[in-house]
Amino acid sequence: MSVFINKKTKVIVQGITGRDGSFHAEQMKHYGTNVVGGVTPGKGGSKIAGIPVFNTVADAVKKTGANCSVIYVPPSFAVDAIYEAIDAGIPLVVCITEGIPANDMMKAYLYVKQKGARLIGPNCPGLISPGESKVGIMPGSIVKKGNIGVVSRSGTLTYEAIWALTCANMGQSTCIGIGGDQIIGTNFIDCLEAFQNDSATKAIVMIGEIGGSDEEMAAQFIKKHVTKPVVSFIAGQTAPPGKRMGHAGAIISGGSGSAPEKIAALNAVGVPVAGSPTELPALIKAQIAKFAAKGKKGAKPVKKAAVKKPAKKAGKKK
Amino acid sequence: MKIHEYQAKEIFAKAGIPVPAGEVATTPAEVAAIAQKIGKAVMVKAQVHVGGRGKAGGVRYAENVEAAKVVAQAILGMEIKGLEVKKVLVTTAEDILSEAYVGIILDRVTKCPVIMVSAAGGMEIEDVAKKTPDKIMKLAVDPVLGLRDYQARDLASFLFKDVSQIRQASTIIKKLYDLYWQTDASLIEINPLITNPDAKVIALDAKLVIDDNALDRQPALAAMRDLDAEDPGEIMAREGGLSFVKLEGQIGCIVNGAGLAMATMDLVKRYGAEPANFLDIGGSSNPQKVVTAMRIILRDKNVKAILINIFGGITRCDDVANGLITAISELKPAVPIVVRLTGTNEAAAKKILKAANLPAEDTLDAVVKKAISLAGLGEAEEKK
Repeated sequence: MSVFINKKTKVIVQGITGRDGSFHAEQMKHYGTNVVGGVTPGKGGSKIAGIPVFNTVADAVKKTGANCSVIYVPPSFAVDAIYEAIDAGIPLVVCITEGIPANDMMKAYLYVKQKGARLIGPNCPGLISPGESKVGIMPGSIVKKGNIGVVSRSGTLTYEAIWALTCANMGQSTCIGIGGDQIIGTNFIDCLEAFQNDSATKAIVMIGEIGGSDEEMAAQFIKKHVTKPVVSFIAGQTAPPGKRMGHAGAIISGGSGSAPEKIAALNAVGVPVAGSPTELPALIKAQIAKFAAKGKKGAKPVKKAAVKKPAKKAGKKK
Repeated sequence: MKIHEYQAKEIFAKAGIPVPAGEVATTPAEVAAIAQKIGKAVMVKAQVHVGGRGKAGGVRYAENVEAAKVVAQAILGMEIKGLEVKKVLVTTAEDILSEAYVGIILDRVTKCPVIMVSAAGGMEIEDVAKKTPDKIMKLAVDPVLGLRDYQARDLASFLFKDVSQIRQASTIIKKLYDLYWQTDASLIEINPLITNPDAKVIALDAKLVIDDNALDRQPALAAMRDLDAEDPGEIMAREGGLSFVKLEGQIGCIVNGAGLAMATMDLVKRYGAEPANFLDIGGSSNPQKVVTAMRIILRDKNVKAILINIFGGITRCDDVANGLITAISELKPAVPIVVRLTGTNEAAAKKILKAANLPAEDTLDAVVKKAISLAGLGEAEEKK
């Protein structure tokens, strides 16, 4: 079992003829991902690394039966690529592209939800289920099949955490990079719920960073719905307040969304937070042992109704 | 990207939001000339990209032309939160009967633009938000439907009792919401929105922050960037496609990815030193980015060692290694450099580094400790 993707997932690559698209299409194929096609308008009929290229997503879906798309197109065209994938009926869209205007994403987010599809990203490294499939840019060489679920707002920091786990001989069930932008399609809570319900996942690593309140909301979700051990790392403990640290998401303002607040929120629900990514394996080992001693049952599925997200607040006074 | 108050007010005025008449000046003489033209009492307002200008003494009243000149002399050249004041806005001094607040910001929780209004506007608005949140009304607007008339009326009615003022404020809020989208804003704000003795509602201040990711399609706004108001290193970084924030420590950091960059800085601190900067070379990097990154860091004389930490995903380690070799041969840095490259094309990168005799470390903790010891800051000791 794995989360969101597996060996059978049929993947197409939007922007397959670009520098990044072609490189990573080949890397994914090499890893064992079932890459069935690529899309670049005007380049239909050609091939990249043996992968057939189509002019439109609809065409690619019709010819290949693809059920997942990964987007590498430049930021000015990326939102359109998301709409095209959703309209072609793709249920899982992973957008790697960085630099999409946030106001464009607000509208795209609503559209994706309305159509019942799942969007991961944008500005994310994608996801990988070791031994099954990789969709995105995570280096396949650093993962190892196992039972730790990893979810992170960061890209390269995720690799760091995965690598630490792999070096400690702790394999992963699925690793998901949800992206660092302000508006993202899939958040911590979505992934925590998926890991809680995944029989192959025994424990969860959650990598957060300063800015926003996603970690605090995740802490509340863990308290109510997650029975598996969770450990965390929060980046940005030394970031000076008010400074923008690259990620659109990583902004501290007015003292909220700071690392100490997030760490306190997680500790309060029994989630230990590592001082360095390299400490994560030891921390998770200890947490697994603690849960085993307490005799908590691992895989209690989350009741669907219980995790139903609050109704959209649009148009309502808060 | 932030723009100045005077620039935001030009945009507001064009959109039909009432603002006091005014002009921007860079010398006391220019200030006096503008005050003369206005012909009554004026406000002289420092144009810098920080909040709290009023509290810092950067916003002052002047009764007449002479006073305006004196006030301008005091404000021009003063420092507010580390930024030198090089420009002032001279505007008509309005008689203020009440001060309200109106702001629109992208809210990541509701994933909508949220309009916030309060009748308790002015310099203490942040305290109001903290201590008496019920004095602030928030409305998340559906980005597809847009702001409905009744919603704008509701917000305006939270601010004013007078029917004419409710009508004026409601129009202002609608125009502000339209501007939020037209300018690709991430924040647009009026604080204070005042009423004067003629019962007119006027935007006394204007703040506009534009989404950096949208600047390509907003050339007129992008041209409003004030290079004088920014750190030269940060300008170089932006032009080179990097993100850079200067800090006060001694370990220069070049990292790919914002999260890993912050985690690397956190570790530098944990092992007893301070990072000199935040620098993210981003994804999909070409070798030239590394050269630019080195050039920016070497400008900082506090830097005693440079730490390069790359975990390759979309970034290819061999690209970074090549850039590093070019940078070293071009810039001949006098400070020690420690490198750690892992991930995509790692083997090729290690070959390149080995050929150039560059010390490379395998782990994050090791490279941080090595940088601190090579910087001559003593043995790295863990601080908890």
